[in-house]
Amino acid sequence: MGTPHPGRRAVRFVAPMLAASLLTLTACGGGGSDTGAGGGQSTEKVKLSVGLFGDFGFKPLYEEFKKTHPNVEIEERQAAFADHHTNLAAHLATGAGAADVEAIEVGYISQFTSQPDKFTDLKQYGLDKRQGEYLDWKWQQGLAPSGALLGLGTDVGGLAMCYRTDLFEQAGLPSKRDEVSALWPTWEQYIETGRKFAAKAPKDAKFFDSPGEIFRAIIAQAPVGVYDAQDNIVVATNPDVKKAWDLSIQMIDADLSAKIGAFTPEWNTGFAKGSFATVICPAWMTAYIQDQAKDSAGKWDIATVPGGAGNSGGSHLTVPKQSKHPKEAAELIEFLTSAQNQAAVFKAIGNFPSIPSLYDQPDIQNFTKDFFNDAPVGKIYSDAAKNLKPQHLGPREGDVRTAIGNGIGRVEQGKQSPDEAWAQVLKDLEAIK
Amino acid sequence: MATPPGGSVRTVAPSPGGPPAAQSSPSGPSGTGGPAPATTASGWRSRLHRLDRQASPYAYVAPFFLLFAAFGIFPLIYTAWVSLHDWNLLSSDNPFIGLDNYTALFADGYFWNAAFNTLSIGVLSAVPQLLLALVLAHLLNRPLRAQTLFRITLLLPNVTSVVAVVVIFSQLFGRDFGLINMVLDWLGFGRINWQAGVASSHVAIAVMIMWRWAGYNALIYLAAMQAVPKEIYEAATLDGASSLRQLWGITLPMIRPTVIFTVIVTTIGSMQIIAEPLLFGAQVSNGAAATGGTDRQFQTLALYLYEKGFRSFEFGYASAAAWMMFLLVVVVVGFNYLVVRRMRGGLDV
Repeated sequence: MGTPHPGRRAVRFVAPMLAASLLTLTACGGGGSDTGAGGGQSTEKVKLSVGLFGDFGFKPLYEEFKKTHPNVEIEERQAAFADHHTNLAAHLATGAGAADVEAIEVGYISQFTSQPDKFTDLKQYGLDKRQGEYLDWKWQQGLAPSGALLGLGTDVGGLAMCYRTDLFEQAGLPSKRDEVSALWPTWEQYIETGRKFAAKAPKDAKFFDSPGEIFRAIIAQAPVGVYDAQDNIVVATNPDVKKAWDLSIQMIDADLSAKIGAFTPEWNTGFAKGSFATVICPAWMTAYIQDQAKDSAGKWDIATVPGGAGNSGGSHLTVPKQSKHPKEAAELIEFLTSAQNQAAVFKAIGNFPSIPSLYDQPDIQNFTKDFFNDAPVGKIYSDAAKNLKPQHLGPREGDVRTAIGNGIGRVEQGKQSPDEAWAQVLKDLEAIK
Repeated sequence: MATPPGGSVRTVAPSPGGPPAAQSSPSGPSGTGGPAPATTASGWRSRLHRLDRQASPYAYVAPFFLLFAAFGIFPLIYTAWVSLHDWNLLSSDNPFIGLDNYTALFADGYFWNAAFNTLSIGVLSAVPQLLLALVLAHLLNRPLRAQTLFRITLLLPNVTSVVAVVVIFSQLFGRDFGLINMVLDWLGFGRINWQAGVASSHVAIAVMIMWRWAGYNALIYLAAMQAVPKEIYEAATLDGASSLRQLWGITLPMIRPTVIFTVIVTTIGSMQIIAEPLLFGAQVSNGAAATGGTDRQFQTLALYLYEKGFRSFEFGYASAAAWMMFLLVVVVVGFNYLVVRRMRGGLDV
């Protein structure tokens, strides 16, 4: 998952305030919070809390878990994307308030795994036995530099491209997914297709939503992104980053963008209104589109993404050290991330498994979604996930990407020339250590 | 209430265990509360009584000050302490770095940019807001039918959730489908990308703040205006003063303490604006929310603090910014107080 939930706009303001007040409230009393760890009699009533951002599709699984753990009660808390991680950081800092199981998105994972003393090493509950099942890079992301196992992966966000068949037809382009995929093996050809689209498309429809999202996708396809393996920011020197920037600028110059930022209200309505014809589509995005454009069933379809495989988003589940029931929490994580349940989550809401043995199973391979014109999402995202090359994400990944995203935004809003914007991005990044 | 002075008790009942009469009362260290009297019952009572008189008022106000100490003073001091450290929210090791955060802050162009934005939005919202409130109150300060209805209506925008207000106004100010741009387009002025520009975004945010607070201030003015003696207005009317002249010449000088109060409260409020720019930026993109636009064109000080503290988790730096913000509020409020105090209008009160 990588979606800030739009309906939780209020939380975005309230939660930090709450976190701030909690911070002062608990600053003095944080010391005694990890007493009672390791208790865990099987008859004792245990209440587990699970902290997530958005819907992970876990609710039916809790009922399953209770069948083998009748003494466990589970309470799920959801917050908006950024607030969830901010609150988690505040709760870890003050030693109180975190849930027993906390989800961490991949953009934040390295920031948290660099603080292994705040989390339970899941090896002590034997979860390292799961290593062989996982995509190796996904497994590595859950490890601390010390080697401690802090998180088990839920899903991966292999990239694809969602597109509007009706708008493609109106623009005189092919609309079948294989033919569409054949239009754009590379990003240059994607831009070329966009030009053809713009020539004949309806007046209000642009080719894509915003260059910021495309930029993220192009970066995700590179072997090295904004960080190198030693956690140095390499934006200034990595030619792949500059290439992604230049491609984004070309797309702005070609006037292909609807200039609608991702996860904004206009973006949400844009799915239904057809404000843009294509959108970058990691697996977890399919549920989001379906949710936003309920009446547009059959108008959206899924093709391959230009430029090759890449990953965007995906999460890990962790147990903060302050949890009073780490044993049960670890058992819950093992259950929620099991191969069987990852497959169930995929079929229910679309988050794609991080366990490769599932990818060739017939029930995944043959799984289709009628909202997307019966697109074989199982096959599309299996192929995307199989070809994934791991990319190292650094500790301040989010801040770095925000700085670059704002730079692209300045060019798009006509406030700066591309060179000025790039220079300011590099200057901003110097302040991020 | 006349309590018997301690000295008189002492002479009547000498203390059994005390030293002999050699220690005479006038030579005692203090005439009133000597060391011996507590041993008698009446001495106790008088002492309790005195204690009651002297200490009770403090006991009554103590709950507030205890809470204030816990939630006001302690965070203030603790923030100052944190601001002297390289304090990352996640890191367990927070080395002391002295005033380095402040040095970095003074050199940080984005901090001064935020300070400018805060002042700009503050002036753009506070000045028209208070003038509008004054006019509204003046209009309502006359015999009207359904007075309560009008007054409640004034307060309604203020009880609306700030989130609701910003979301609605952001839609009004929307680039593609916003009502305001539709009207501008229709009038032939062309569309404005409200979030993109410095001036346009400041105006949009100032309008949201005015919407919420103008009525509230009008209500406060109205309450003050009703205490102004009617005879003065009658005399002014006889002398031929217009309504506007009366507002400027009579009302304003008479409610000056209230004006000073609203100016100070509004100034403090406008220095702390965060929800409006945060939610306004969220309409552009996720990243632009905490930075107040792609170029930080409407990032206020409070939002800057939020970005540093709760997005980048740099608590030490954010704490330094918080203290600078506090000092800035004190300076600006002091300045406004001096300006308003000199404002005398037509009458010399």
